[in-house]
Amino acid sequence: MTRFKFTFWKGVLAIILLAGAYATVLRFARGLGASTHLSDAFPWGLWIGFDVMCGVMLAAGGFTLTATVYIFHLEEFKPIVRPTVLTAFLGYVLVVVALLFDLGRGYRIWHPLVMWNPRSVMFEVAWCVTLYTTVLALEFAAVLLEQLRLEKLLRIQHAIAVPLVIAGVLLSTLHQSSLGSLYLIVPDKLHPFWYSPLLPVLFFVSAVCVGLAMTIFESCMSSRHFGKQLELPLLVRLGRALLVAVLVYSVLRFEDLFQRGAYRLLAFRSYETNLLLLELIMGLVIPIVLLLIPKVRQTAGGLYLASVLVLLGFVTNRLNVAITGMEGSAGVRYFPKWTEIAITASIIGVAFAIFALAVKYLPIFSAAEPRPAQPEPEAAELLHART
Amino acid sequence: MSKGILYDATLCIDCKMCERACAEHHGLPYDDSIAAEEVQSAHKLTVVMAQGDKYMRRLCMNCQDPTCASVCPVGALRKTAEGPVTYDASRCIGCRYCMLACPFSVPKYEWNKPLPLVRKCDMCADRVAQGQPTACAAACPTGATKFGDRDALLAEAQDRIAKSPDQYVPHIYGRSEVGGTSVLLLSSVPFERFGYKTDLGSQSLPLLTYRVLSHIPNLVAVGSVLLGGIWWITGRRADVAAAEGRPGKGPATGGEK
Repeated sequence: MTRFKFTFWKGVLAIILLAGAYATVLRFARGLGASTHLSDAFPWGLWIGFDVMCGVMLAAGGFTLTATVYIFHLEEFKPIVRPTVLTAFLGYVLVVVALLFDLGRGYRIWHPLVMWNPRSVMFEVAWCVTLYTTVLALEFAAVLLEQLRLEKLLRIQHAIAVPLVIAGVLLSTLHQSSLGSLYLIVPDKLHPFWYSPLLPVLFFVSAVCVGLAMTIFESCMSSRHFGKQLELPLLVRLGRALLVAVLVYSVLRFEDLFQRGAYRLLAFRSYETNLLLLELIMGLVIPIVLLLIPKVRQTAGGLYLASVLVLLGFVTNRLNVAITGMEGSAGVRYFPKWTEIAITASIIGVAFAIFALAVKYLPIFSAAEPRPAQPEPEAAELLHART
Repeated sequence: MSKGILYDATLCIDCKMCERACAEHHGLPYDDSIAAEEVQSAHKLTVVMAQGDKYMRRLCMNCQDPTCASVCPVGALRKTAEGPVTYDASRCIGCRYCMLACPFSVPKYEWNKPLPLVRKCDMCADRVAQGQPTACAAACPTGATKFGDRDALLAEAQDRIAKSPDQYVPHIYGRSEVGGTSVLLLSSVPFERFGYKTDLGSQSLPLLTYRVLSHIPNLVAVGSVLLGGIWWITGRRADVAAAEGRPGKGPATGGEK
């Protein structure tokens, strides 16, 4: 193997992980008060607003693409199913890790599975996380079984593949929408820009938008770092689907703002107005304009730009629901403490490292292809950063 | 018979005996510096707030259809038949959804403990179960905090307002807020002055999420049939196309140049 090479990104990762380790000790030795800026007035912060809400949303590529390939039989998209499912699986595992930090008693994380309260949206969320993580693990198992040449198990996996995909799509639908439903219970606390009876629908449709954007984004990133990508015509089709999805979402979102009269509040310049405009312009208006221009829609660079904007816009949306929109009624401003950021950054850093390792050792990008003789430089670097 | 608490702020003298009795009953520390705190917290489950010579208590409202009990994923919070909303610490996972969801922002958290729990007033469920009044009501020297059957207290509150309408704002707080609460409040000054929301409406909040949750079984059934159907049809179409020697690609192959 290649010798250890110190690179910029390895240095960054090392610093992040060190800070994360310190923050972890602080969290479990001194509690959430010492390690976060959370308070009785503001009980949910970065770990819920970003790690959980955005983590689950960014994993939406998994169900969007498996449905495209296995349910709709658009098999030309198959080459990117594995990296997308891997991303979704890692996303969910990391959501669980973040929950272990955020829950007061993480060691009781299994309680909802035996102590039922079906009237609780959080109960639904807990079951969806558990079941969908299992489904993703089983979907991804094909890769491992192939690598280990366990033919018999592989045949079983193939036999249940379609039911698995259907279960995965249903669970994702429930889970993505339930994250919105969580906030249905706070009509008096969540700012009218974001509180809507349509929250579950908006969360689901935006997850489909993000799923498509994430697939384009990943394909472009893969081509840069691993030399693998979708052919342009496929990307172009994903871009078209993204345009349709974002248009559907926009109609729902603007119609909803209009119907409830919340748009009137736009006349007042406020903290909330600015962040709403950021979300709408960055995530909806600019991507729609970009994707309507054929020249942009038909180039990899243009599609990349549009999908990044969609991702950033919807991340802003989730943070607005979970944080911006709740600050007014709480009467406090919340900004995460550095330790909260350090733990979130560590979790993301570890995810990138595992992804790179998996790509190096497992048949992630196209199973049929012979393994490349040379290890990809980026993957090898990240591997050594971890050993 | 469902029990309740009637707090009449016009009778209150800010002696804070209720605070002390509450702390003692729940095994919490109480001294002068804690007495001076005017916010509820994990170590102070009820407070008497003062503005000039006007006072107001804050404690868990023990809702008739509690939002906290409906959102708790493990059923740690429950409404008992006697009225109190109880908290089973052995179930709690510490997700703080109850804190987020409570319309009165009552549940508080042990932020400084490595393994924290939620704390809130439980209307002395253990005492109430034995037929005793709550600790705060038993300690109150003026009768400002009164324990009894909720229906009787409600009638009494109406009576007091009717007898001296100039002494009270014409509103029994807790009578209908979010579907009604076991704790009822009377005041001579608007409740907003002490941070009580008066625009909560009379609909109980758990309905908002239940309306959505109740669709899940249907969604799963219809969804699996629909997805299975699409899978079969698109697969079949591809098979037929292959058999006829056409390039079988699936339905959505439209071409963008």
